[in-house]
Amino acid sequence: MIELISAARCTGCNICVAACPTNVFAPSLSGPPVIARQADCQTCFMCELYCPEDALYVAPTAGAPLGLASEADAPLPLGTYRAAIGWTPATAANRSVDAMHAVLSAK
Amino acid sequence: MGFSSSAPSGLHLTCEVLVLGGGPAGTWAAFQAARTGARVVLADKGFCGTSGATAPSGTSIWYVEPDPKLRAAAIVSREALGGFLADRAWSARVLETTHAALHELGARGYPFPVDGAGNPIRVSLQGPEYMRLMRKLAKGAGVRILDHSPALELLVDEAGAVAGARGIRRQQGDGWQVDAGAVVIATGGCAFLSRALGCTALTGDGHLMAAEAGADFSGMEFSNAYAIAADFASVTKTLFFKWATFTDEAGEVIPGAASNGGRSVIARHLQKGRVFARLDRADAAMQANMRAAQPNFFLPFDRMGIDPFTDRFPITLHLEGTVRGTGGLRIVDETCATRVPGLYAAGDAATRELICGGFTGGGSHNAAWAVSSGRWAGRAAADFGRRVPNGRVRRGAGTAGLRDAGARPFDPAEAARTVVGEVHPFARNYFRTEEGLTRSLDRLDSQWARLSASAPADGTNVLRAREAAAMTAVARWMYRSALARTESRGMHRRIDHAAADPAQRHLLTAAGLAEVSVAQRPAAALAADAVETRAGEGIAA
Repeated sequence: MIELISAARCTGCNICVAACPTNVFAPSLSGPPVIARQADCQTCFMCELYCPEDALYVAPTAGAPLGLASEADAPLPLGTYRAAIGWTPATAANRSVDAMHAVLSAK
Repeated sequence: MGFSSSAPSGLHLTCEVLVLGGGPAGTWAAFQAARTGARVVLADKGFCGTSGATAPSGTSIWYVEPDPKLRAAAIVSREALGGFLADRAWSARVLETTHAALHELGARGYPFPVDGAGNPIRVSLQGPEYMRLMRKLAKGAGVRILDHSPALELLVDEAGAVAGARGIRRQQGDGWQVDAGAVVIATGGCAFLSRALGCTALTGDGHLMAAEAGADFSGMEFSNAYAIAADFASVTKTLFFKWATFTDEAGEVIPGAASNGGRSVIARHLQKGRVFARLDRADAAMQANMRAAQPNFFLPFDRMGIDPFTDRFPITLHLEGTVRGTGGLRIVDETCATRVPGLYAAGDAATRELICGGFTGGGSHNAAWAVSSGRWAGRAAADFGRRVPNGRVRRGAGTAGLRDAGARPFDPAEAARTVVGEVHPFARNYFRTEEGLTRSLDRLDSQWARLSASAPADGTNVLRAREAAAMTAVARWMYRSALARTESRGMHRRIDHAAADPAQRHLLTAAGLAEVSVAQRPAAALAADAVETRAGEGIAA
């Protein structure tokens, strides 16, 4: 469930407001968007992928938030998923990494 | 583009094709329709590109090179699992169209991995990458995309043909209406608010809207797919549990428990207590492959500090309903038309029995179906939409939650909880009996009567009200069909009729809202080399 918007990283671009498929975020007049409808979060991690600043953290628990207060509470650095799928400039080579064929062909 | 804009209540557009749903099927339909020169609007309940079951995940896709022997083997290999209900001719069409579509996807920028010789490997797709590209392709072809714009009801003309839809714009707080020549329903399956990845918005909205316009359904008894996930997480990837050892609370191995062919054993144990898994049968090379195949699978584990290859973790089964089931809107011809003029169905909203009968084991077939049915429906809807006359008079076809039929509106949350209570429990939906299905249907039928005799929902509740009404309707088509199939076939498992009955190798049509009826249709002729042998064959666990 979405837990954190890092005020230090967020630039207020509101891409997450648009990209969240369940309309969890609401823009604010000044500063970062707010998590307005946390209970509607489906823990799909898509907002993290679309955030160009790695300002979001989705906790892995789907039923309830973990109660993280700040970025320092997150067990891993923000942005690990975006890096893993190759959506950061430094990791773009990962975009064409997909070993599903090897998993599928295993006996 | 010639869109007429702005009505007092919000946005009012006119076009040839309206697509409802922006997942794989909807974007392929919109892209294909727009390429014929049609004006196309795509309305998505969330954000086209992140919505639905495909975007947050990765999926295998039923891609087979055009070698007749390989194609034939691929088609035949799944027939028994599906209870011998699939149609070889449709399967061949899907393989052909999917092959062409994936080559086009690569040419347009999808970064397929390559083998040692530099050839693209096209047997899987990464959801975020795939759906980001599909949005881009649809927009590039001129499709107008309305995000966060759930449809609430279809519009029909004087003759009963579907002629558009209307809905709400959640982020603008107003409404939209699209007067269209034809509509493609690509709203996905129905997963009944389970936590299965990407399924929250998949509440059968399109099923309800289509039924209100007169469409019917096929294979709704094949609607009880459950997927394995860590019990705290949303991420489902049953395939990876092929490498799991399943244990009980005390750490004892559960005999017979397996991701395929032993999932019912897991369900039985979960009825009594906790079940744990550890993916300890994957060697180092396979562990690396799994990470490189599905980064999303590991997110919940990494973030909880669990190593799924060495640590035992509790698991659950998330209902995937008709998302991974195979029932949906009935298709009446090769264009993916429904029985209602002007209304087409694609992807998981449509029946997938044509290519997989009563069982799907993974994204593979559903992903190929989404591509193929989307392309066919988009093209046919554009042809139809260009031919309809101008100046048709339209009216909303919606019922429960929209029309004034009673003194008070119903409580959407309470109505949703009632449906969930009837379809999530294994005892009711996984292990079906006449007694249990009948009891559920009593509650669901009376709920439908209550919802359809209520006052319209107000602005903030109307979406949730329509979702609850849709889930109620879908559950009734499911269970009425399940009651009529007095055997076990495909994923449909009757405790009181445990064997397959050769006399029931037919398809079931479900229809109606006030009264639900179920009728038999013949399945495609059984090929000479497909033999139903021993009792019980064709039942997937």
